[in-house]
Amino acid sequence: MLKKRVIPVLFLKNGLIVRSQGFVDFREFGNPIDRLRRLNDWQADELIYIDITREGEHNLKRDDHKIKRMQSTLEILGAISRECFMPLTFGGRIRDFREAADYIAGGADKVIINTESYRHPELIARVAGHFGRQCMVVGIDVKRVDGRPVVFIDQGREAVRETPAEWARSAEASGAGEIFLNSIDRDGAANGFDLEIIEEVAAAVNIPVIACGGAGTFDDMAEVMQQTQASAVAAGNIFNFTENAYRRSKRELSELGLPVKPLASPVPAMS
Amino acid sequence: MKAAEARVRLVDYGMGNLRSVMNVCEYLGAPCAIAKEPKALDEATHVILPGVGSFAEGMRQLNDRRWTPKLRAIFAEDSKPILGICLGMQLLASEGTEGGVCEGLGLILGRIVHLPGETLRVPHMGWNEVRVGAVNEAFRPENEGDYYFVHSYYFDAQSAEDVWGVTEYGIRFASVVGRRRVLGVQFHPEKSHGLGVLLMKRFLGMSGEARC
Repeated sequence: MLKKRVIPVLFLKNGLIVRSQGFVDFREFGNPIDRLRRLNDWQADELIYIDITREGEHNLKRDDHKIKRMQSTLEILGAISRECFMPLTFGGRIRDFREAADYIAGGADKVIINTESYRHPELIARVAGHFGRQCMVVGIDVKRVDGRPVVFIDQGREAVRETPAEWARSAEASGAGEIFLNSIDRDGAANGFDLEIIEEVAAAVNIPVIACGGAGTFDDMAEVMQQTQASAVAAGNIFNFTENAYRRSKRELSELGLPVKPLASPVPAMS
Repeated sequence: MKAAEARVRLVDYGMGNLRSVMNVCEYLGAPCAIAKEPKALDEATHVILPGVGSFAEGMRQLNDRRWTPKLRAIFAEDSKPILGICLGMQLLASEGTEGGVCEGLGLILGRIVHLPGETLRVPHMGWNEVRVGAVNEAFRPENEGDYYFVHSYYFDAQSAEDVWGVTEYGIRFASVVGRRRVLGVQFHPEKSHGLGVLLMKRFLGMSGEARC
């Protein structure tokens, strides 16, 4: 049977991994390639890298900086894909088809596009049409406002009209192959996933939904698998700050009888 | 055959990324290059047909770039192992239905049809188990386990003998097909950690002839 995926998310900022909380508080803590080697040893189901460097953040010469950033992220991707034989997803600040294509050519299996896929839904169709819809992941960030779930774009700065379910359905119709659903309220809060929003979105579409935001314990992940139709749970901090967390998550989830890929045999040595 | 003695050629027909497949070959110590034209397969000991995209577009590219007669000839001579991955596996079939009904390479008899989408999430994406189907030399019990899949169509093989591995997703479908020295896998061995690398190693260990 198809397994429920458990996906570590690494947030990159200026080429370093950072801890993210409420989309605003970032602390740098590591080299992305070292981190990745460890996840490779653990045989992670998949890896998601999200670049959260903000536009023009530290450099007025924006174009120069943009080029430098893309090159360094692509360098990271190249280094990763040479030794990690697992699915890699890259996202964050992808503005057009060319940037998406650069990531895919550089070794990404999928790209997550959030703001620009909302502003220009034809980008979804273009990426899906060219690389297949399985490459095209639409990122949706949700925050509760007066208790109601509201979709935000531009890294949480701009609210949109559609509900999360409406936008997810429309993204699917435009050609999205998967939804990456993140909760702004729960980001870094470690107080559990927003199960209601996850189920609402997963029930609205027929493509896989990755639920992110709020994992504080492995039981939180189990709840998503038990109570929603999400195809995958994703988390950042819990995997990055807890010793052996990825292995332990797999062990505990499988002890609860949940369908996760077991920790498998190591990669055979070179001949 | 030792990996270092292999000369792997990846068929470049403009469908998807060849880099990750190359990375595994290089990791296994097998000299590997991208073949830009059919003639380049003469010096190969092993041929890999990767690919992501639609069946009709894949066949159009194989035909336009004259890969089709070359791949059929290699199969007819049974001169070297061919590995089809994902779309590359589906193109081995007689016929596809994605993007209009379309003739395939026809190396392994069967039809490519859509997964039942009414009750299941499509694409079938993620890790799923592969079990041995018909007894064969390439996909054996030690290869059984979870592999990474991403696809919406599957290989409906005509003969059970050609179904070397099976997977369940709503239906039971052929996730590994094979005939003689042609092997097709629906999943991505280059994305399936240790088991995927092991299977690639098995493929590179199959004997092949090069004409240099």
